[in-house]
Amino acid sequence: MSMLADTPAQPIAFTRNAREALADAQLRRNFRGAMDSLMDKRRNQFPDGDELERLRAFGNRVRARALSKLPDVLERLEANLVRNGVQVHWAETVEEANAIVHDIAERHAAKKLIKGKSMVSEEMEMNHYLGARGVDCLESDMGEFIVQLREEKPSHIIMPAIHLNAGQVAKLFHDKLDVEYTEDVDRLIQIGRETLRRNFFEADIGVSGVNFAIAETGTLLLVENEGNGRMSTTVPPVHIAVTGIEKVVENLRDVIPLLSLLTRSATGQPITTYVNMISGPRKADELDGPQEVHLVLLDNGRSQAFADGELRQTLNCIRCGACMNHCPVYTRIGGHAYGTVYPGPIGKIVTPHMLGLETTRDLPTASSMCGACGEVCPVKIPIPSLLRRLREEAVRAPAAEPHHMRGQGAKHSKKETLVWKAWRALNTSPGLYRVAMYAGTRLRGLMPADIGPWTRYRSAPKPAARSLHELAREHLGEQ
Amino acid sequence: MSPLSSAPANATRVAPPLEAARRYPPKPADVYLFGTCVIDVFFPGAGMDAIRLLEREGIRVHFPQAQSCCGQPAYTSGYTDEAREVARAQLALFAGDWPVVIPSGSCAGMFRHHYFELFKDETQTLQQVESLSARTFELAEFLLEVCKVRFEHTGAPVKLALHTSCSARREMNTHLHGRALLAQLAGVERVEHDHESECCGFGGSFSVRMPDISGAMVQDKTAALKGSGAAEVVSADCGCLLNINGCFEKQGDALRGEHLASFLLRRTASASTGGAR
Repeated sequence: MSMLADTPAQPIAFTRNAREALADAQLRRNFRGAMDSLMDKRRNQFPDGDELERLRAFGNRVRARALSKLPDVLERLEANLVRNGVQVHWAETVEEANAIVHDIAERHAAKKLIKGKSMVSEEMEMNHYLGARGVDCLESDMGEFIVQLREEKPSHIIMPAIHLNAGQVAKLFHDKLDVEYTEDVDRLIQIGRETLRRNFFEADIGVSGVNFAIAETGTLLLVENEGNGRMSTTVPPVHIAVTGIEKVVENLRDVIPLLSLLTRSATGQPITTYVNMISGPRKADELDGPQEVHLVLLDNGRSQAFADGELRQTLNCIRCGACMNHCPVYTRIGGHAYGTVYPGPIGKIVTPHMLGLETTRDLPTASSMCGACGEVCPVKIPIPSLLRRLREEAVRAPAAEPHHMRGQGAKHSKKETLVWKAWRALNTSPGLYRVAMYAGTRLRGLMPADIGPWTRYRSAPKPAARSLHELAREHLGEQ
Repeated sequence: MSPLSSAPANATRVAPPLEAARRYPPKPADVYLFGTCVIDVFFPGAGMDAIRLLEREGIRVHFPQAQSCCGQPAYTSGYTDEAREVARAQLALFAGDWPVVIPSGSCAGMFRHHYFELFKDETQTLQQVESLSARTFELAEFLLEVCKVRFEHTGAPVKLALHTSCSARREMNTHLHGRALLAQLAGVERVEHDHESECCGFGGSFSVRMPDISGAMVQDKTAALKGSGAAEVVSADCGCLLNINGCFEKQGDALRGEHLASFLLRRTASASTGGAR
């Protein structure tokens, strides 16, 4: 069902998207302001650098431990969920996951589905799939509700409508909901909530994501600030949670450091307003809660990352969004330019496993490797190293090694390979290097003023009259 | 039931524990200088100023003439085999016991941290890498922590902004060393600039592969440096300077950044113990 799956060889038009975004002054102001505020909030949550480093190391270990025995931990999760009365479904692809959700909807003759925030459901394009089959999906997270009204995709994994300012939302509500025009944020939220409220009671099914799936107790943990997550998972008679297979942790106590890292890194909150721990459907003696709870565990390329010791670290991610909040590229172009469900640094390393390197070939390149993402990642994913690794996979000669990455070699070019071979020869042959430096410095007058993309924003650099090798030789003698 | 049962066991990496603070050796009589390819071609004066600063501290500088590039351009572009061979050529040149001083945090980070990845499958070479890594110092770090310099400011007071390359900052703490050196100088008022820790947009091949994003970043950086009210701009990384100065020039602005070594040589006298010769 993915829009991209039909044209696997066609890369995302990232550079064109980025250029358009850069030209949008409003968009750039919105993102710069929002990201500055998020960075400040996070900083205020971690005044003690030592505590932060200890907690990050702890979080990294908890995630690495769960991943090191992922198949076992997943089976334990399934057993304990089933014991709690939760129905567990496995999906290798988004098509399978959608079919599972649709089957459940059909069994209940569901016409209306209400959703808490879930990025995995975005991966699945669930709204589109079910909508085409007569099931209306309504987003209940305020940001998701806004982007759904605009017929857009989320531009951030935590704050889906962060690309918009209050004025843009005011106009949207005025146009689509037939209400008065107001830029008062409290009033706008009130309008949104009133619209959503009715729908919770009319929905046949509630859908949610999962922040942590706890194997030990068979519990699905969900954080949120608006109460819509609790409504979506408790009011409708059926609750379907969808999540990636990597979201599992071994034990209940593992959640404590991860939860602290997640909320402080994501929104700069010590804890979210709601923390939902879902351990099964309504019991016989209980007054409320859904009668059925389902969990759909989606792979969608995650097992490809899992199979490689280095790339597996991608799956540490707890989806806090701090990497994008701190990314100088994301801050300037926003989330939509990436053309993927997950934007920003985490999107660049996770999406190639979901869509293959053919479509995502430009994403690993779209980084100055500044390292801001890796520095703030609460579970210490070495994002710059993984970007480098994906660049290596993208330029690798196709037949050199057996393919273990979809789209490996998608960016391979004979011409560029030759350039790097020449570069190697130059830098491993001192005689050749000396001649080249001599020529480069003596012919510096011939340096063209226009050297393509570099000189679009800068003057051409001019080689010095004599190289450091020469000056040092004169000063220190031949060594 | 799980689709993952065939995955290899124990393949997950656990991040290493918190790194202990680096321990510094006593001040040596001799050092190697690795000049870097960008300095070699575009900023040789900065390289010479680094040599003279070290000599001012009474240190003999050795510059192996067969040196070229640390390998980073190919490494970050994904051409790992090419990077490895260039790295191997450098490894052989700095095989003695002397410290290797590098007037670039980014290239120093390559020697110190990334050669391990390049040679991870070569046990023999890893011993050389281990030795090189332990002996590699960024220039400001070396002056401050190994030479324990005491600089005195000469000439008129100056308002100055410091830009630190991202890899230098994150891998080598170069910003802290640069700040500490400048703090010794009574006549220097170091001013912060807007989003100081943000990347200038260079990123090697990034600047030509993603020119518009890189261009937006460097334009923000030059605006921030101008807005800081600094009369001079210094940096310990010539890649950033190539980018920032090129943008200043394109904008018709007279401001230019210079290497920290050049500023220090020009505007300080050494009062270090064991001092100038």
